[in-house]
Amino acid sequence: MDRIPILKMGDCLLVTIQVDMHDQLAVSLQEDLTAQIAKYASRGVLIDISTLEIVDSFIGRMLANIAAMSRVLDAQTVLTGMQPAVAITLVELGMSLSGIKTALNVERGMELLRQYIQEENEYREPDGSEE
Amino acid sequence: MVLKSDVHPIKSADDVVRVRQVARQWAAELKFSLVDQTKLVTATSELARNTLEHGKGGTMRVEQVENGPRRGVRLTFEDNGPGIPNIERALQDGYTTGGGLGLGLSGSKRLVNEFEIKSEAGRGTTVTIIRWK
Ligand SMILES: Nc1ncnc2c1ncn2[C@@H]1O[C@H](COP(=O)(O)OP(=O)(O)O)[C@@H](O)[C@H]1O
Ligand SMILES: [Mg+2]
Repeated sequence: MDRIPILKMGDCLLVTIQVDMHDQLAVSLQEDLTAQIAKYASRGVLIDISTLEIVDSFIGRMLANIAAMSRVLDAQTVLTGMQPAVAITLVELGMSLSGIKTALNVERGMELLRQYIQEENEYREPDGSEE
Repeated sequence: MVLKSDVHPIKSADDVVRVRQVARQWAAELKFSLVDQTKLVTATSELARNTLEHGKGGTMRVEQVENGPRRGVRLTFEDNGPGIPNIERALQDGYTTGGGLGLGLSGSKRLVNEFEIKSEAGRGTTVTIIRWK
């Protein structure tokens, strides 16, 4: 079966979601990402949806799930490149995706992730403990 | 008045992808704006998934319709599944019997100009939407 490729870049994972995603593909992506975050102890996940023509409640829920699961596994998620028409439609559909951080493009998204990871590292360093 | 029409099966997840593309093509043919196309295709995705998952499969009829000077795309999703016992409740944001987000019916209603739902317990469900140009 088809899988969406996941790119490893240092301590981050990068995914580009393409047009017209089949439901099962979305489910496998969720599973694959979780497995890889755990395997590589990744700290950041960037999901680029600039070529995605729609986000319905199914894909929206998958994106929210990925962000929530990443958080549990100590990784941050940033969503990049959402087309304006998609964003407008998503709000009217009733999904705010308010729990997910967004950035305009992949470059900005990577910057944002770097920043979060650095801030978290600094916060942890003084006594080596978390939160 | 119906200018032309076509029927497509919704029997698999692949068909859901396919009918989304059909809705896109028919909206593009009428030169819908990108936002209007996106709204219609998103509603199509929600309703086709309902036909497949809740209605156990069915069809989508697509029509180009005309009302005076206006043209639009009318989509009819039909299945012979279990039906919806309480339509009012099913139309509430967040109501789901299947572990979804419960935004498919209520959300697609907001995304189109006309929305009609008919359902009979044990007989099936028909949802008709129109997006005008
Ligand atoms: N075609 C259908 N046949 C039977 N029941 C349906 C159909 N469409 C919707 N429903 C019912 O209405 C509820 C709400 O639908 P929807 O708003 O799309 O939310 P979701 O699909 O996330 O559950 C569904 O959970 C289901 O019980
Ligand atoms: Mg639904």
